[in-house]
Parts: sequence; structure tokens; C-alpha cells
Amino acid sequence: MAKVIVVTSGKGGVGKTTTSAAVAAGLALRGFKTVVIDFDVGLRNVDLIMGCERRVVFDFINVINGDAKLHQALIKDKRIENLHILATSQTRDKDALTQEGVGRVIEELSADFDFIVCDSPAGIERGAFLAMYFADEAIVVTNPEVSSVRDSDRMIGLLTSKSRKAEQGQALSSHLLLTRYDVDRVEKGEMLRVEDVTEILAVPLIGIIPECPSVLQASNVGMPVVLDDKSVAGKAYMEAVGRILGEDIEITIPKPAKKGLFDRILRRTA
Amino acid sequence: MTLFGLFARQPPKTAEAARERLQILLAHERAGLAGADFLPQLQREIIEVIRKYVEVDDERVQVTLDREQNLSVLEVNIELPAPEGKRPTR
Repeated sequence: MAKVIVVTSGKGGVGKTTTSAAVAAGLALRGFKTVVIDFDVGLRNVDLIMGCERRVVFDFINVINGDAKLHQALIKDKRIENLHILATSQTRDKDALTQEGVGRVIEELSADFDFIVCDSPAGIERGAFLAMYFADEAIVVTNPEVSSVRDSDRMIGLLTSKSRKAEQGQALSSHLLLTRYDVDRVEKGEMLRVEDVTEILAVPLIGIIPECPSVLQASNVGMPVVLDDKSVAGKAYMEAVGRILGEDIEITIPKPAKKGLFDRILRRTA
Repeated sequence: MTLFGLFARQPPKTAEAARERLQILLAHERAGLAGADFLPQLQREIIEVIRKYVEVDDERVQVTLDREQNLSVLEVNIELPAPEGKRPTR
């Protein structure tokens, strides 16, 4: 039986797709058979972030409608063993997703995979609702910024009331992942601190991903950021993956290395 | 090139990669090919034609597509059953 993890946020642009790609890739790197599903029908992007956009033939909607078999729609990652991508349709809209259809696909995937990562669209419409409905666990991606924290609070509320687990009277465990955290701005008092956000949202923290140039670099080339072994964000994601797997890894506030003159001359990594 | 640039290793030109990937992708999407909504129908019809002559297992059909700058390759792989009597046991 696979564990189903939804990556959600309410607000757009906070790093859901980056996180879905990084977490799915991280779980696969740790040896677990993992699939990442794009729920953003009509605005798909997981394929682009994972670098398989030229290989999409059949998609999630085709499988739901019975136009293709699941094995035909699953795209195997060329770099990471155990990692698969299920792209969504770029031409349909969110009404193509049905609760029954999504449930059927997730059940079929469950038999074969260890982890199913559901990349939620922004907003709280059908795609976002169905991405979370079948989840066992949720990663709520939040930026240290007022509108993001507010939207995350709303999502946490929906997760505890509108998911299948909630309907069955079970607890769906939500975790907070703080992304685009800029230590320098926090120190200057220009950005909410980790403690501020965790205190307001009151869900356990699963990781802090620092603002890091490698995230854009990775997305430029279509690579999950965890494959960049020099990336501070990539390392922070791998630690978060360890915590998802139940490992006791202390959460430290990552600080991107200060670049002195010497550094800049010798290794320009970003 | 800046003064530092002279000493530095060539930085990775990922922005260039991003531009190229987007150009290819968007050219196909604007042409209405990206959704490739005709593919399920195409696959069904191809299988029907082949089925007139040989037995085809739906599970043994693989369709792949590779989009490049100037051409796309659509590959339909249909695994045909082994001749009667010699079918490998599975």
C-alpha cells in the first residue's frame, strides 16, 4: 500500500511544484518507488520541472477516461530509478477530474508504488480538493509572508475537514514546509521568523528551505533540485524527506554560504 | 565579461537551456499538438487495424512521443504474441 502525500498551499507561486518534484525525487533516491501526479489540469508544469515535457503522450485524464492504460501514461524518469511522473492534461479543464476517477487511479497506483505525491494546483477548487482528498499526509508549503500564511491556515482547515481520512474520522497529518526563507532578511527584521509562522499555524514543521539560486537553475534545466548536490535547498529538501520517512533529524535554519571575494573567484556556483 | 569572470569557471548557462526548452514546448503547444488529443483515438484505430490480422493484447501497446525543434517522433510499439505452441510461459 502506498502512502499518499499531497503538496498544497492555497496560494500560488510559493513552491508547490518545486517541492513535489524535490520530495518525489528525494523519496526515489532513498530507494522508494515513487510517482508524482500533476493535479493542475490545463496548467500542467510538473512535466516541465521534471524535464520530461517532450515525452508526455498520455496523461492522468486519459487514464481516468479509459483512453489509455496507466502504464502507458506513467513516464519513467531517466535519471532516477524508481521515479515516475503522471502528467496531466494541458487542454482540458479541472472538470475532467472526478472523485471516482482519481480514486480509481490512486488505488491502482497504490498496489505498485511506495509513495504517491500529489502536486496540488493553487486555489481551493476541484483540482486542489481532489489532490488532497485521498491523502494520508499533507505538506503545506508556506512562504514567510502574510498572504501565504493566511492561505496555508485555510488549507490546514480544509485538510482536517474535507479529506477522506477526515470523513472517516481519522487524522490526516499535516506538516509545514517553510520555503524561500531568507535568513538575512529575518535577521534584519524584514521577514517573519520560523517561530512566528509555526506559532501561528500550529502544525509540525517538516523543513525549512532557504531562498537559494539553485532552485531557479534546476527549474531552468528541468531537474529536481535534490539532484544538485551543491545546493543548500537540495540538501534541505533531502533532510525534509528523511523526516517524512520518520527519521529524527534536527531542524536547523539553513544559511546560504556568505560569498567572500575569494569564494566568488574560486567557485561561482550560482 | 567581468573581471571576476576571467578567473571564474564558466558559470552554467541554465537560462539558455530554459529558453530552448520553452521555445520547443510552446511551439508545439501553440500549434495545438501538445495536448495531442487525437492520440487515444489514433491508438485505438491502429490497434483495430492490426487486430484484423493478429491478436493484440491491450497491455502490450506502448506509444511514445519525442518532441524536438523541427520534428516529433511518434512511436507505436505493439508487442505481437509468440507463434502458437511456442508462447513463453509467464
